[in-house]
Order: sequence, then C-alpha cells, then structure tokens
Amino acid sequence: MEERVPNQAIRPPTESKSILGWLQENLFNTWYNTLLTFLAAGFLYVVFKGMLTWIFTEANWSVIPANLQIFLVGAYPRGEIWRIWLVIYTLSVLAGLSAGIWGGLALRFALVIGGIGGGIGIILAFFPIALWNRLGLLGGVVLLVGSLFLGRGRKGLRPWILGGWLLSFPWTMIWLYGFGGLPTIFTSNWGGLLLTLILAAVGIVVSFPLGVLLALGRRSNLPTIKWMSTAYIEVVRGVPLVTILFMAQIMVPIFLPDFRIDKILRAMLGITLFSAAYMAENVRGGLQAIPRGQYEAADALGLNYPLMMLLIILPQALRSVIPAIVGQFISLFKDTSLVAVIGLLDLLGIARTVIANPDWLGLQAEVYLFAAVVYFLFSYSMSYISQKIEDTLGVG
Amino acid sequence: MENNLPKSAPEKIPFWRDIRVLRVLFQVIFLIGVVLLAGILYTNMLRGLRGLGLTLNLDFLNDEAGFGISEGITYEPSDTYLRAFWVGVVNTIRVSIIGVVCATILGLVVGIARLSSNWLVRNIATIYVECFRNIPLLLQILFWYTAVILQLPSVRESFTFFGGVFINQRGIYLPSPQPTSGLKIWLGCLAGGFILALILYLVRLRKLRQMEQPGFPAKWALPALLLVALLGWFLTPGKPFTFELPALKGFNFAGGTYLSPEFSALLIGLIMYTGAFIAEVVRSGIQSVAKGQQEAAKAIGLSEFQSLRLVILPQALRVIAPPLTSQYLNLTKNSSLAVAIGFPDLFNVGNTMMNQTGQSIPIFAMIMMSYLFISLTTSAYMNWYNRRINRIG
Repeated sequence: MEERVPNQAIRPPTESKSILGWLQENLFNTWYNTLLTFLAAGFLYVVFKGMLTWIFTEANWSVIPANLQIFLVGAYPRGEIWRIWLVIYTLSVLAGLSAGIWGGLALRFALVIGGIGGGIGIILAFFPIALWNRLGLLGGVVLLVGSLFLGRGRKGLRPWILGGWLLSFPWTMIWLYGFGGLPTIFTSNWGGLLLTLILAAVGIVVSFPLGVLLALGRRSNLPTIKWMSTAYIEVVRGVPLVTILFMAQIMVPIFLPDFRIDKILRAMLGITLFSAAYMAENVRGGLQAIPRGQYEAADALGLNYPLMMLLIILPQALRSVIPAIVGQFISLFKDTSLVAVIGLLDLLGIARTVIANPDWLGLQAEVYLFAAVVYFLFSYSMSYISQKIEDTLGVG
Repeated sequence: MENNLPKSAPEKIPFWRDIRVLRVLFQVIFLIGVVLLAGILYTNMLRGLRGLGLTLNLDFLNDEAGFGISEGITYEPSDTYLRAFWVGVVNTIRVSIIGVVCATILGLVVGIARLSSNWLVRNIATIYVECFRNIPLLLQILFWYTAVILQLPSVRESFTFFGGVFINQRGIYLPSPQPTSGLKIWLGCLAGGFILALILYLVRLRKLRQMEQPGFPAKWALPALLLVALLGWFLTPGKPFTFELPALKGFNFAGGTYLSPEFSALLIGLIMYTGAFIAEVVRSGIQSVAKGQQEAAKAIGLSEFQSLRLVILPQALRVIAPPLTSQYLNLTKNSSLAVAIGFPDLFNVGNTMMNQTGQSIPIFAMIMMSYLFISLTTSAYMNWYNRRINRIG
C-alpha cells in the first residue's frame, strides 16, 4: 500500500484506457471491491433473469392495449377525444415556440417533452393500436419540432408566448369541460392519466398564489396574521394528505351544504390547500435568502408594502425557489395517486378497476407495472428538467 | 450647511395614514374576516348536523365499538371506541418505528454505495434510488400487497428459510425469542458487564485525553461487554432464551412472531420508498464535506476509520440531520396509506369509526391531533439531536 501511492502520483495521466484497464480500475481495484463485484453480479443475474423471463414469457400484456384508452383518459367520451388532442397540440406549439425563441433551457424542456412523446410512441408501436392514434402522436411531435424551427430568432414574440402560457391553463380547462355549443363533459368523466395531470397542474397553479400569500403572512410583522399563517402551515404539514383528502370529501358538504361541489372539485380543493402549505415553505426559503438591504432600499424609495413585494422582493425570491417548486410539482404529481383511495379514477384508480374486472383477473403485476412505468417516465423526466434548471439558474 | 427641515413640530399625520393605527386596524379587519368565515361554517355545520340528527360531543367514545380489528394490542369488539382508536395509534407507531429503523439502515447502505468506487455497485444503487423515488408510494404498496404477497404460495407450500422463517400468502412467520428462567442470571451478568464496560470507557477516555491523541474511546469497552455477555450465556444453566419456531398446526402456522400480509406490504413499501430518499440525503451529506477535510485528516495522520469518525461524519451529520427528520416524518405520515390495503392504523380505524358513528368532526380532530403530536415529538427530538451535533466539534 505504501509503495503504490508514490507510483500513482508519478504515472502520467492516460487519455484512453483499454477495456481491461477500465475493468481493473472500476470493478477489481481492491480485494473487497472484487468481492462486491461478484456479489453484485450474482444479485443482478438473479433479479434480471427472473424479471426478464417474466416480462417476455409469462406476463400477459394484452390487458394494456385493450384498456389503453381508459388508462389515458378514463371515461372521456370517445367522440370528444379530439378536444384532448387539440389541447396537446396547443401545448406542443407553445412549447416548441418557446424552445425556438429562448433556446437553452426551454429547448431542453421541449426536447424532453418530445422525447416523452416519442418514447410513448415507440412503446405503443409494440401494441396493436389504431393507426389514427399513432398519427395523432406523430402530429404532436411534428408540431413541436415545426414550431421550434418557426420560432427561432423571433424575439419579438416573447410577450405573446408568455401570455400564451398564462392563458394555456384556462384554455385547457375550457376545452376539456366544454363551452358554447360543445357538449359539456362533467369532471366525473375525466379519468386516467388525464385526471392525474390535471390534478397536479391545478394543485400547483392554484396553490402558488395561496402559498405566496401564506409565506408573506408568516414573515409579516403583524402578529395575528403571522400566527394564523404559521398555524395553518404547520398543521397542514403535520398531517398526511390522505387525511386532508378524506376531510375535503366529508367536511365540505357539511360546511357548505348549499353548494353542490362534485368529488373531483373537492379533491382539487384538498390537494390545493395541502400543496399551498408546502409552497409557502418553499417561498419562505426564497424570501429569507433576500438580503436586508433590498427591503431597506425599497423603503428608502418610498414604496409601500404591496409595491415593495411585487417589484423588489418577490421577483428575486421566486427566481431562487424555482427548483424547489419543480421538486414540489414532482411530489405532487406522485401524490395525486392518493385520490384513488377516495374512489377517483386517476391513473392508479383506473389500474385498480381494470384489475377488479373479471376479464382481466390475476393481472395485477402487469397493470401496476404499466402504471409504474408511466409515473416513472413523467416523474423522472421532470426531475431531469429540474436539475437542468438548477444548473442554468445557478441556484438550488 | 443649511437646514431645510421645519423647526416646528412635524405635520400632524391623520389617523388613516398613521402606520400604528393602520396596523391595528388591518389586524382587526383580518380577525373579523376570519371569525365571520368560521361563524358561517359553524352555523352551516350545526344545520347539517341537525339534518343528520347528530350532536357534537365526545360521549360516543365510551360506547361499544362493535367492530373487529385484525391486529395490534389486545382488543375485543366489545371494547370502547376510545380503545379501538388507541389500537390504531399503537399500530401506526409500531409500523413507523420499525420502518424508520429499517429505512435508515437501507438508506445508509445505499447512500454509501452510491459513492462507491465500484462501478457496478454504484450503478445498482443509482438505479434503485431513481426507480423507487419516482414511483408513487401508494402504487408500490398496492403492488407489494396484491401482486407479490397475496400471490405467494399457500400455507402448505410456504417458502422456508433457515428452517424457522416461513413466508406464504397469509404473511410472514418468524421465530420469536421466549425468556426462560435463566434469563435473570444472564441479565445480571449483562448488567455487570455494562458497568465494567462503562469503567473501561471512562478510563480509556481519560487516558486518551492525557495523551492528547485521537482514538476510539470504546476500543476496550465494547469487546469487554461482548466478552461478559458471551461468558454469561455460556455459564447460565440452560439458555436465557429459547427460540419458539412457528409450526404448522392444522391449516395455519402457530407460535413465533407473525407479520400479517397488510403489515408486511405496508412496511416493505415504506422502507423501499423512504430508503431511496434517505440514500440521497446521506449521499449529499457526505458529498457536502469539503474534500480538503479528508486530505487534512490524512495529513495529520488519522487512519481511514478515524478520519471518517472524527472528521467526515460529524460534519456530514449536521447536513444530514434536518432532511433526515423530514423523511422520518414523511414515513410516519405516509403510513396512513394503510387505509388502501386495510391495515388497521390510526387513520383506518378512525375512518371505520366515522362510518359507524357519523361523528366525523371530532374523529377528524382526534386523527389530526394524533399525527400532529407524533410529528411534533419527532421534530422536537430531532431538533434536540440537531443542536447537540452542532454543538460538538
């Protein structure tokens, strides 16, 4: 051991290593690493052999294509699915244009979305799925790439695109719900992956302003507001989401008997109130990172409290908590699966109903694995994006 | 230097622009708003309850529960609701404590494995973390329960390990230690060994201080304790414990420790999920210690183990402790997912009570207060621990 250290120091760095050299350095450099390598290889062999045998020979995957539509959109009427396609296309065009105009981070973001679309497409190609849907998916990717090239260098469009993103949320809701002459699709028919994504989006979008208010309240120097906000945040963070979801289901009709609020809206309410407390803590972290001088400078300029917050403090604070908010979005995306416990048919809820269907008895593993892969694809790609945001903004 | 300030008393500020008045006014308006909202909700609630024919009180807690609870401390359906709720609380605490201990061990091992110089080990750890972190916990628990444990072979074809561990679709059966008459003698030996170890520890600590050398103060004490324990085991007439093995009796196993399928699925799900998060916490904690610290430790002649114990871990622990606390709290709160697979934790029992009595408001209050109490105790303990490790060194 004593002799090896100086030798290593003297040896010139080699640019390329042979395979054997790489193996020796990374797998067999010490006796215990050699042992670990053999143990790990044995473990991998056992696990992968079992899994691959099951996946390719024993599993019955026909349950997935047969139920693919309800996995993705639940009971959304077949004739109206074009509205979902419309929303997807709008969002792809927006994402593509943003990627083209801003480049950098937005470009990566669009590529990840396109990658998910392409990935789903490749997976779907293995299943017997209508040509129509394949073309639809292909169209989305083409639109994304097309608008990416269209948007390149058009910096004048920036405010329009930002406005477009702001409007995209109500736009999506209006199309999905229906307006004017379009038949109304009640939220009870929303389901599957669509519902999962909507719940997560509503949770983040609506809880954001609430969370900012709560964070400002917690840092306020007015005692009543400070204590109320603190109590709300701590109580909500101290109890599980399931409790709050059940409470929203049971208590809302008791406290507001005059309004008929359907199950999905109650779930959205519960998720939003829950998420707001966590959002508040994230925002508070950003607020605390703002140096005192900024507050004093705002005071010196004679700005009142709302102007000081809107113009000076929040823009800086929110920029530094973007990664934390993306992280919260990821966990919220996973947490929406809890609505399956209160009987909503999100992706997991649909998976449970498919398993309970007598036609597909005994296929728990296949169905749950499929749902897991879908959740994983979204969640993992979002955490990839969040990492890139951290690198780009230099925060986090 | 000219003075532009008015010499007379400052302009009198009208009260609607006086910040002191405004502060009070604003708070009063806010409070009135909150009280009004609460009042509306309260009257609505009373109206709703009257419609249902319920009154708001806690008397129902002394009524007979009348429903069975599949596992936990002693309980009969003829016991009161309060007792039933307590069974749920104990079940939650039991699954949380076992879960926290196992998830910490798993997270520690995987977190260190992610920093291993062994390419294969490092990547297996990364794959584990990324897979289990990015799939919803509820899905994992349901998978373990319906797709793994309930699909295991029947009782007669159980998987058997070491002749004493049986795994089948009815759950997991482990050997359980049973005290014998020899236990007292052995415990006496153990107490003596403990005192001896304490003395040795103090002596060595003093000696190390005198020599002003870094070292492991328990270097003599631990082997001494182990030696006395073994000696006591050897000298005790008969063994202090006998292991009661589960045995097939009729249609099921009897004896030993039994883990129900629900408990096992919930526990496995919680451990695998939280373990992935703890691994990330551990990894980032170790990585947060500057590289120069390790080099400095080497330079002053500390051994590998000494530098880990005296230099790296104390600094890493400071970074690790706060996020670790929130992972422990998450695990405890996530144990409420038991409701999806029917394990009688406090939320599940509370839910059954609500369905039976209709007293949803007081029961929700009880559930929330139990979780808040568990959360606050855990974070109080972890804050104390955090202060302690920040003070040392």
